[in-house]
Amino acid sequence: MASQNEGLHAVLSEEEQAGQTYFDKIIAEDSRIEPRDWMPESYRKTLVRQIGQHAHSEIIGMQPEANWITRAPSLKRKAILMAKVQDEAGHGLYLYSAAETLGTPRDKMTEDLISGKARYSSIFNYPAVTWADMGAIGWMVDGAAICNQVPLCRASYGPYGRAMVRVCKEESFHQRQGFEILLELANGTPEQRAMAQDAVNRWYAPSLMMFGPPDEDSPNSKQSMAWNIKRFSNDELRSRFVGMLVEQVKVLGLELPDDQISFNEDTKQWEHSPLDWDEFKDVLKGRGPCNAQRMERRRSAHEEGAWVREAAAAYADKQAQKAEVA
Amino acid sequence: MTGGSTTGDDGSKTKGTGVHESRQPWPLWEVFVRSSRGLSHVHAGSLHAPDADMAVRNARDLYTRRNEGVSLWVVPSSAIISSDPDAKGQYFESAQGKDYRHATYYTKSEGVKHL
Repeated sequence: MASQNEGLHAVLSEEEQAGQTYFDKIIAEDSRIEPRDWMPESYRKTLVRQIGQHAHSEIIGMQPEANWITRAPSLKRKAILMAKVQDEAGHGLYLYSAAETLGTPRDKMTEDLISGKARYSSIFNYPAVTWADMGAIGWMVDGAAICNQVPLCRASYGPYGRAMVRVCKEESFHQRQGFEILLELANGTPEQRAMAQDAVNRWYAPSLMMFGPPDEDSPNSKQSMAWNIKRFSNDELRSRFVGMLVEQVKVLGLELPDDQISFNEDTKQWEHSPLDWDEFKDVLKGRGPCNAQRMERRRSAHEEGAWVREAAAAYADKQAQKAEVA
Repeated sequence: MTGGSTTGDDGSKTKGTGVHESRQPWPLWEVFVRSSRGLSHVHAGSLHAPDADMAVRNARDLYTRRNEGVSLWVVPSSAIISSDPDAKGQYFESAQGKDYRHATYYTKSEGVKHL
């Protein structure tokens, strides 16, 4: 038995024990862990993976929308869309910075994304085929992201929480502009209205799946909640989100493609039709409609930008040398 | 730890070949923003940039897209000297137990105006 225990709990040095005690105390007080604090290796790894994946999602998420910048229906819409895509880049950078405080260099994270080692949200592997998709993405995809992210503002890791506060402030513009696009289309010509409804139909289920697998299939959530990284389970957040959509879709005058949505008075949760988790797993494994395209675009953008990064570094070196001589 | 969510992790990984650049990583800079005149610069976050000029420009694009500031500072992260995080409480201990340094310690003057 003794040897088994040693296998499970590597013997901690005195310093590590003190670190663990302090870490446990901070978590129990619901206070924040900061970059230079001692933390368990598994906590650090979980955060690097989660924050990295989150950052990659923001960066890959620029693609479906950037695709519509040249075709936005007016100059105003074009300016708004550009601001939104720029925000997504910013969100990716805030998050990469937060992950870097855990000791993983930015270049390593980029490398992991491009090599396919790191993941990003499966939602961005669906195509944005009409202008109405800009509305549905803003309303539902960004809406789901906000639901997920608001509790993350209180994540136990300080830099992650602070990045999320900044992200959440900016996301509300994203959701409102999406809602407005759909509202205008819904009140437009019959064709425009049909286009809005079609976009809602296509993005509904994928946006619900953004919260991750059902609780019984998400064994690691428990640990993340014990560490105060996650505050609510996947299903709790999904239920909350469905409840919001049900009310908001009435204002749009459109319908959700699910006739089984209801509020369960006993559990106080919103319920919906079962989701196709096989499709979710397929998309995650790389068999979604746009996986290859998104990865290829990211890879070529990185490779085509290499000379810019090198030139900027060479220029900085040269200026530094000049300053030294002077 | 929510597979495939924007904020989660599914744990599984696929293999692939890495992309390597010979370039040294750009240095890291800490960004401080003065939100309006009369207030001090406050730490906003960090970024990578090849030199100071680019760091200031990137800081503007990254941290002041919504009128968050009227002035920016960037400092090489490596130039920041901090107190020892392992010293924990001891380093700031001398301030503890010295309530008399706070105005609230002096209660007898309660109710006296302008004091």
